[in-house]
Amino acid sequence: MRFEPGEIGEVLEMLLFRELDIRAVTLSVNTLPAIRPRAADLLSALEEVLEPYLRRLRPAVERVASRLGVRIVTVRLAVSPVSILLEPLGDRDAAVEVARHLDRLAEKYGVDMVGGFSAFVHMGVSRGDRALMEALAEALNSTVRVAGFLNVASTMTGVNLDAVKKAAELVLAMRPHAAARFAVTANLPEDVPFMPGAYHGLGLPDAVVNIAVSGPGVIEAVVRNLPEADVRTLHDAVKRAAFKITRLGELVGREVAKELGVPFGSVDLSVAPSPKVGDSVAAILEAMGLPRVGAPGTIFALALFTDAVKKGGAMAASTIGGLSGAFIPVSEDAVMARAAAEGSLTFDALKAMAAVCNTGIDMAGIPGDASPDAVAALMADVMALAVHLDKPLGVRLVPIPGAKPGDVYDLGGLYGSVSVIDVSRYSRIPLVARGGTAPPGVERLKKG
Amino acid sequence: MVSVLGADRVGIVAGIASVLARHNVNIVDISQTVVRDIFSMIMMVDISKADVDIGQLRKELEEEGRRLGVLVAVYHIDVFRYMQRV
Repeated sequence: MRFEPGEIGEVLEMLLFRELDIRAVTLSVNTLPAIRPRAADLLSALEEVLEPYLRRLRPAVERVASRLGVRIVTVRLAVSPVSILLEPLGDRDAAVEVARHLDRLAEKYGVDMVGGFSAFVHMGVSRGDRALMEALAEALNSTVRVAGFLNVASTMTGVNLDAVKKAAELVLAMRPHAAARFAVTANLPEDVPFMPGAYHGLGLPDAVVNIAVSGPGVIEAVVRNLPEADVRTLHDAVKRAAFKITRLGELVGREVAKELGVPFGSVDLSVAPSPKVGDSVAAILEAMGLPRVGAPGTIFALALFTDAVKKGGAMAASTIGGLSGAFIPVSEDAVMARAAAEGSLTFDALKAMAAVCNTGIDMAGIPGDASPDAVAALMADVMALAVHLDKPLGVRLVPIPGAKPGDVYDLGGLYGSVSVIDVSRYSRIPLVARGGTAPPGVERLKKG
Repeated sequence: MVSVLGADRVGIVAGIASVLARHNVNIVDISQTVVRDIFSMIMMVDISKADVDIGQLRKELEEEGRRLGVLVAVYHIDVFRYMQRV
């Protein structure tokens, strides 16, 4: 097979100068065989189930990265929702122990993060869910690699406002590094490779490899090279670039799966940003022609971008999975963080952006003394969007003690600097105290 | 696929090729240009009969690149096949 020099040059530019890499290889493992009626037995059974996979995971990923010459930034593990493991125990102390055990295992085997310290409570809370929720703040505060979520809403069942309220209280009880590993979610798919949304879905086989791609820098360069192009031409160019980015994820997924001897699951075609310069989704939107992300035109630009990424990525992957939209974390993306610090990106703008992306409000800083009512109400707004637009969305807020809007707090590493945004001018929102579960919308009826 | 990029000077091709020859790596195709004193070379090489794996070869080529003051990158051809062919 021959390649034109231009074709080779294009790929080299993406890999060498535009920060194109694989954000995460996420091995998803069924840990339900570890269910035991006693906590100590559960911990050892969990290790027994995971050890054969963990032993081979990082070496396999490193072999593939070396063979292809492609950078793979993080290696992750997703486990079955821990709430299910807790059903026979119903014990919050056991839940904390499970989190710490997963944290130790991850460290021992060179796994960057473990996802699945989670529960699905969109229609109510079961015995295991309750134990997990009571343990969540302490579990995440006392670990460094464990991530989790509470799925509090779904198109099929509506929004559990009681669970939203509880999630808001939990977030406000977390340290910044812990809150960065927690999200409240709606309609979460079973094969998310990104944290904190990753868990081993109930419809999956015993183990499966899911891939998260990166590459905003590639698309930003494409957009910058077309300063005169109309939006349809721009859309087409973004689509072509997204195809190539996603293909790299497909290749790495197939190779890692082969290396590990487990099925290849899916590629999440969202191009994940990082705090590095030239690796920002917001920079793409600004390159399209916005003075700052958050300015009028932001939703139009984001919708154009998301649609092009989906259409380009769809053909590149044998199975698309996870969230597969656009990621717009406020930290983890230097240009988003700047816009938030300058005040051009408010929670109202982020809520509107959630309508045309697939993450919702992600990695936004809030003052540590933010009102629980206002935080819960903000979460409820995004959950309502998810249910009525029938899509996955989440809210990941990072409370910063003593901070006020406009402050910046450095979380370090891939998390970057969190900009603190004003939650609301109202601290008391009586609607939240009503509680209960809001029924599903007509989207539910369309499904029969 | 071996890519070499950097300021032009005597001995770049010889330096890279000698590493390849030392490990019994066959050069299948080579294209090279110098534009405004920037040297650019792309080589397709076959390592099926080489005495090292691609990781070790990359390491040695990158070292040679540092000695020559040029950027060397080594990728599997599948990366190009996946990204540039439907």
